[in-house]
Amino acid sequence: MKLADRYDLGAQGSAAPLTGWLARLHLDAALLLGLLALAGGGLVILYSASGEDLDEVARQGARFAVAFVAMVVLAQVSPQTLRRWTPRLFLAGLLLLIAVLVMGEIGKGAQRWLDLGVIRFQPSELMKLAVPMMVAWHLAESPLPPRALRLLASALLIVVPAALVAKQPDLGTALLIASSGFFALFLAGLPWRLLAGFAAAAAAFVWPAWEFLLHQYQRERVHTFFNPERDPLGAGYHIIQSKIAVGSGGVYGKGWLNGTQSQLDFLPERHTDFIFAVFSEEFGLIGALLLLAVYLYVVLRGLYIALQAQDTFSRLLAGSLSLTFFVYVFVNTGMVVGLLPVVGLPLPLISYGGTSMVTVMAGFGILMSIHTHRKLLSP
Amino acid sequence: MARSRVQLKDHFSETRLFFSRVVWMVLLVGALTAITVTRLFYLQVADHHHYSTLSNDNRVKLIAVPPTRGLIFDRNGVLLAENRPDYRLEVTPEQVDDMDALIADLRRLVEVGDDDVRRFQVHLRRKHAFEGVPLRFHLSDEEVATLAVARHRLPGVNIVARLNRHYTLGGTLSHVVGYVGRIDERDLRSLDPTDYRATTHIGKIGIEKFYEDALHGRVGHQQVETNAQGRILRTLEEQPPQPGKHLYLSLDARLQRIAEEALGEFRGAVVAIEPNSGEVLAMVSKPGYDPNAFVNGISRTAYQALQGSHDQPLFNRALLGQYPPGSTIKPFMALAGLAYGESHSGHTQYCPGYYQLPGEARRYRDWKRGGHGRVDLDQAITQSCDVYFYDLARNLTIDRMHAFLAQFGFGERTGIDLHSERPGLLPSREWKRSQRGQVWFPGETLIAGIGQGYTLSTPLQLAVTTASLGTRGLRVRPRLLHAIQDPTDGSREPLVPVFLEPVGGLSEQQWDYVLEAMEHVVYGKRGTAAKLRDLPVRVAGKTGTAQVFGLAQDAEYDAEEIEERLRDHALFIAYAPADAPRIALAVVVENGGSGGSVAAPIAGRILQAFFDTIEGRP
Repeated sequence: MKLADRYDLGAQGSAAPLTGWLARLHLDAALLLGLLALAGGGLVILYSASGEDLDEVARQGARFAVAFVAMVVLAQVSPQTLRRWTPRLFLAGLLLLIAVLVMGEIGKGAQRWLDLGVIRFQPSELMKLAVPMMVAWHLAESPLPPRALRLLASALLIVVPAALVAKQPDLGTALLIASSGFFALFLAGLPWRLLAGFAAAAAAFVWPAWEFLLHQYQRERVHTFFNPERDPLGAGYHIIQSKIAVGSGGVYGKGWLNGTQSQLDFLPERHTDFIFAVFSEEFGLIGALLLLAVYLYVVLRGLYIALQAQDTFSRLLAGSLSLTFFVYVFVNTGMVVGLLPVVGLPLPLISYGGTSMVTVMAGFGILMSIHTHRKLLSP
Repeated sequence: MARSRVQLKDHFSETRLFFSRVVWMVLLVGALTAITVTRLFYLQVADHHHYSTLSNDNRVKLIAVPPTRGLIFDRNGVLLAENRPDYRLEVTPEQVDDMDALIADLRRLVEVGDDDVRRFQVHLRRKHAFEGVPLRFHLSDEEVATLAVARHRLPGVNIVARLNRHYTLGGTLSHVVGYVGRIDERDLRSLDPTDYRATTHIGKIGIEKFYEDALHGRVGHQQVETNAQGRILRTLEEQPPQPGKHLYLSLDARLQRIAEEALGEFRGAVVAIEPNSGEVLAMVSKPGYDPNAFVNGISRTAYQALQGSHDQPLFNRALLGQYPPGSTIKPFMALAGLAYGESHSGHTQYCPGYYQLPGEARRYRDWKRGGHGRVDLDQAITQSCDVYFYDLARNLTIDRMHAFLAQFGFGERTGIDLHSERPGLLPSREWKRSQRGQVWFPGETLIAGIGQGYTLSTPLQLAVTTASLGTRGLRVRPRLLHAIQDPTDGSREPLVPVFLEPVGGLSEQQWDYVLEAMEHVVYGKRGTAAKLRDLPVRVAGKTGTAQVFGLAQDAEYDAEEIEERLRDHALFIAYAPADAPRIALAVVVENGGSGGSVAAPIAGRILQAFFDTIEGRP
């Protein structure tokens, strides 16, 4: 294991000037390649999805640049420093979430933003990183697998922020936060018996959650998901049109800028949540599979970094961030192809929009930091 | 040291645990990805055809393009039914920055009422921003011109023309040309839904209905690509509509108008036909109505006024009115008498002013109280002696009368190109037994002999049979359509006359005798239509005065009206020139009184106009 580390290019540098330069910046070339491919492909399809609006493409490019900077900055922060700051970060995030909720109560209505005067800030985005960090921090305090009490505490660290976000209401983000915490827990060695127990409990929870927790519009979405034809011009419209877009793309697609579903406005939200439908319509099955392959490559690279990590905190955090990224992709594409109900999750790095992109890239910054700050242990 | 070993061991087991958990997760990621890929395969490969169809259904719309309805002309190319553009002012909201300012601007240019603006605002909310919203309908030509001049500074303002059927001569031709109206439930049952997809109006009556197929044309189609809001982006494929055929009627609009004027304030009908071809030159039924009122829906009150009027303006008397032919039957009776040998040039009859059947007390009266004295067949026609024909009828018997008159087409539809023609009635023993369940009485034969009793005839039928007299037995089906023109290449296809079984069994001398007698009606010393003597051509004719009976005892009629409506119908049939007729006509004047003094002068005016101004000068 440790011998293999020594020959890792990312850690040790290489003769190639570019790779060496990247190493000095604490960036992982393999991961970076995948991310740039996704962002580049995203801009290409956005040009089509936005109706050939170069301004929109430029804005998205600028957003990616900001997110890229966030990634580079976080890559410089060593995992140790990150670990030291984790509890404070988590606490701050939690307080902000509560602040948002309180202001939402006053403002009467959905509230996700915190207006800081200069910038508007979504605390739930911060929690996407803070929750897996906090769970990893907590579990790394004692040897693995964790004991019952620690598990219980971890569960609280996950459920409380997830519930606060769900209350905003932002089901998609709550789902991501909960799953990021769960992944950390699972990777730390959550006993299988407990997992089975949780699954059973969750199943039992479905009915009360349906009755008391979900908002009417969320219930509508689930109804619509199971039977989109029930309301073909209303709530079911998204799903029906999205499936038509994907299906009509066929194997080779209709060609870039030639997707009739997207270009003629039949596909709603086509440059944000449903951009994968545009991609599948214009580039077909081949394009969609290629895109999924790149995503899968990024996820697997992240898991590889987790396996290479040297301490429990880094490991759990890297694994959780990679898997959460996959959840993004799976939930979004699943929604577009009609496998999952419509949950407002963007396709990471490709959907038009800023906040989530910054968070996602920051997460990759952490992954890169974990990979490039490893210490070479002498045998 | 021991502690460190434990920690090292822990580290190793932790790494193994983590590794196994990552493997589990990789398996999960792989499984979920496989599900997504399967789904993609299912959508994009297995069900691709289905979704491809749905996608095309989404964007490709088939728009039906209505054909332009064929025009209707008279025989000389005078336009009778046209498609007149009806201009309306539309505003396309997406091209307008300040709607209130624009409306204010428009109100300075053309009259826009508050109601118009209110309706506009309602429509504005219902339509897409790229769709034109009507602000004013029925713009006048001046308004169209004003707007056209100012349009360059009024973005989003459009003048849209829609074709409206318009009948140039209004009521003059209402009963012949008819009218189109909005397609209703009943029309929908019989029409071809594909061909009428874009059509809003259909022929309801008259020529418009009879020749609906030719006038309508064939629907065209446009395949267009639309976006989700329905905005048309481009035309993919186009199949232009085939415009309807133009119809040239056999009518002469000038003669029609003169005939209409000649009838004056009387209710009645005039039918004039060209004897050798059966082409109808004029067909008037008075009163008429304005067919233009029906095109876009007539108001309930206006319709009830027409429907409830005692003058029955909606009733086409020429085609549907069944009148006793009265003495106009006498030339036909005379021919029957000659054909069966019951009369001849030397045969005379004494007319004391009445006729009696042997053994019967009842007196059948002649219209002339004192009687005509001794008359031969010629004088019986000239003076219209009833007694002569009572006797002739008795000798002929109803069976032979029926057989002979049926040859001319009495009692059956002429087969003109209009719907719902009535057949009139030529009574027979057979008819009376089956319809009335009674035997035929000898007295009824006498009454039938002077064209009264059960005998009924339409003005059209009278004109057609008169034409057969003028042409010595030639029978041709009357026709309103003269030619059909294809609007695309302008080729005109004239119609060939349809000849029927001619009237037979008569020698030239017999024809000569009766036809000369008909000239004596006009030119004879005691002719009943002496008023026509001054016409430029020689006319042969016969007057008729039909008794009105069986009038409904309707309490709504006031006394004066009853008196007026009980007056005899005045009839006159004629053809001219007598030796080679170019026109045959029948005039029926309801409650006009005497045929000679009322109906004959009307016919005279029509004939005068025909030969003075119309004949030879198309």
